[in-house]
Amino acid sequence: MKTLVVLSGKGGAGKTSVTAALAAAAARDLSGGVVLADCDVDAADLHLVTAPEVRREEVFIQGELASIDPDLCTQCGECLEHCRFHAVTEDFSIREEHCEGCGVCEAVCPSGAVRMEPRRCGRWFVSDTRFGPMVHAALDIGAENSGKLVTTVRKQADRLAEESGADLVLVDGSPGIGCPVIASLTGASAVLLVTEPGVAALHDLRRVMDLADHFRIPALAVCNKAGQSPAREAETEAYAEERGLLVAGRLPNDAGFVRAQERGLSVVEYDPEGLGAELDEIWRNVTSQLQLRGVKQCG
Amino acid sequence: MDAPARGGVPADAEQAVDAARDAAAEPGAGKARPADAGDADRAAWDVAARSRVRTTDMRLALASGKGGVGKTCVAVNLARVLADRGLRPVLADCDVEEPNAHLFFGPAELNRARDHFVPVPEIDNEVCLGDACRACVNACRFKALLAMAGEIMPFPELCHGCGLCGIVCPVGAVGSSSRHIGHTAELESEGVRLVSGEMRIGEAMAPPLIREVKARALEAADEDGLLLYDCPPGGSCPAVTSLDGADFVLLVAEPTPFGVHDLGLAVDLLHHLELPGAVVCNRADMGDPERVRRFCRERGLPLLAELPATARAAEVCADGRLLAREIPDFSERFDDLASAVLHSMEGAA
Ligand code: SF4
Ligand code: SF4
Repeated sequence: MKTLVVLSGKGGAGKTSVTAALAAAAARDLSGGVVLADCDVDAADLHLVTAPEVRREEVFIQGELASIDPDLCTQCGECLEHCRFHAVTEDFSIREEHCEGCGVCEAVCPSGAVRMEPRRCGRWFVSDTRFGPMVHAALDIGAENSGKLVTTVRKQADRLAEESGADLVLVDGSPGIGCPVIASLTGASAVLLVTEPGVAALHDLRRVMDLADHFRIPALAVCNKAGQSPAREAETEAYAEERGLLVAGRLPNDAGFVRAQERGLSVVEYDPEGLGAELDEIWRNVTSQLQLRGVKQCG
Repeated sequence: MDAPARGGVPADAEQAVDAARDAAAEPGAGKARPADAGDADRAAWDVAARSRVRTTDMRLALASGKGGVGKTCVAVNLARVLADRGLRPVLADCDVEEPNAHLFFGPAELNRARDHFVPVPEIDNEVCLGDACRACVNACRFKALLAMAGEIMPFPELCHGCGLCGIVCPVGAVGSSSRHIGHTAELESEGVRLVSGEMRIGEAMAPPLIREVKARALEAADEDGLLLYDCPPGGSCPAVTSLDGADFVLLVAEPTPFGVHDLGLAVDLLHHLELPGAVVCNRADMGDPERVRRFCRERGLPLLAELPATARAAEVCADGRLLAREIPDFSERFDDLASAVLHSMEGAA
């Protein structure tokens, strides 16, 4: 079993559209099937294309949250002084979105007014889709621990894949290079970087490429919105060449992506001859790079 | 725009902050801190508090649920037209994982880089009671301390810098070291000041560096200047940290199914944080603009502007140039947007 993580550094490069298209190709071509994992728990979108039917729903509890009992609190100010996250207000209540659940306030409170309670951070789901099983999640609004929720999603997806003998776990990652991205990369066989021509996208590509290197995970790239700026595209290609980054394919700047999205389809389903064919080419490059077993008709 | 003065930082707090920052700015700082390291740490953390104390300015945050909708593009162009009006904007690029705003300032280069650190524990093995005690190991909620072969080993990458281990240690064996989280830098170009932060590769936690970017932006701002926060996408801790202290939020949306779905998440976050906001629809003709209009009507949010998707605009953005400078139509649109934003902010204040 292999794990491919799709990342982009920059949001909006087309990461989820590419993931959905690869999911369709994988479902068609892999004898053991594919398990999907939406690790963009902060702003999950893959479900808008895969239309999951939820089979199992779990509440995600992680870390703790402080609360101050006003009846016991003498307003001595110890917690206010010691909390480094400024989570205690002047009138001794907890600003939830600032509390890291470290327990300093509980430790310093002389009157035992602080209680630490397990914290609900979101939910996660195991679902059926037309491509195969999918694990996804929804982080609560303003919640912490997105990295831990990503780890939960990854572990569940791996377990499902092992149980069902799937050939591939396909992971839709999140933007950036912080904890959720690092968590999604754990144990990955390869990472597919979706980029687009442009100074900002190239800057982000460098950062996420450095991250992949940092964790020694082999990387491939896809250049989306090709044709938008030929000069910038050449820059991206030169960078890929310099870093030994294999460009698995180019996708034109095509309204077909949005139209497929409008219909809740991947481009492999929506436009098999046009964009779908381009995606198939990328899929072939990915499978050979991953040395995926169980590929029925590729090659 | 006349923002009312709302008081300033007491001078001594100001000095403590500066001292702590200077200490942290020195390369290699953090190792072997002076005896009052605890105070220095606290002062370093109070850099964040400072951004709440001095509020003589207006703060506009630019946010979005979905990444890549053109938030940074809107932020830099808006900053430019605000500067043209003499409002002396300071733009804080709070997307420290993937900072991009500086790429739109052409020849101007980021300079005056400052390194930033968070406090992490260092155990004095001469003093530590070791395996017999383990009070710190048991107390740490983040598993950042481990008892190994009788000694206590800190794992700085996991440490949140809360200081609990130092508080619970019965013999004062927990000293202070530091972890490098990244750096901040700034540039100035035609009346816009930009403060940018870049997180170290491999560092997982963005919020401490975001707080530094905001503190430094505040430092750069004039008393009655305008602060703009270019926030990272999403709705978890980096976005929350960036939005903290904002007076008004401009949400950048895209009229696609993904775009409107994620806009919904962003609006939920604003409600949660009790922040007023409005929407600007970018690349309005790329999907179905009616979708964003309907959404704004339903959620009771003003839609301040719609920006068209043109091949020329895409190219100018890809090149890291300013739409408000290069395309007259956009220059007008951003000027109108600036008026609408300022008007909404005054209404919300
Ligand atoms: S400072 Fe807090 S997070 Fe870091 S090791 Fe000590 S108790 Fe753990
Ligand atoms: S609490 Fe202090 S004495 Fe006890 S194990 Fe930790 S560092 Fe050593």
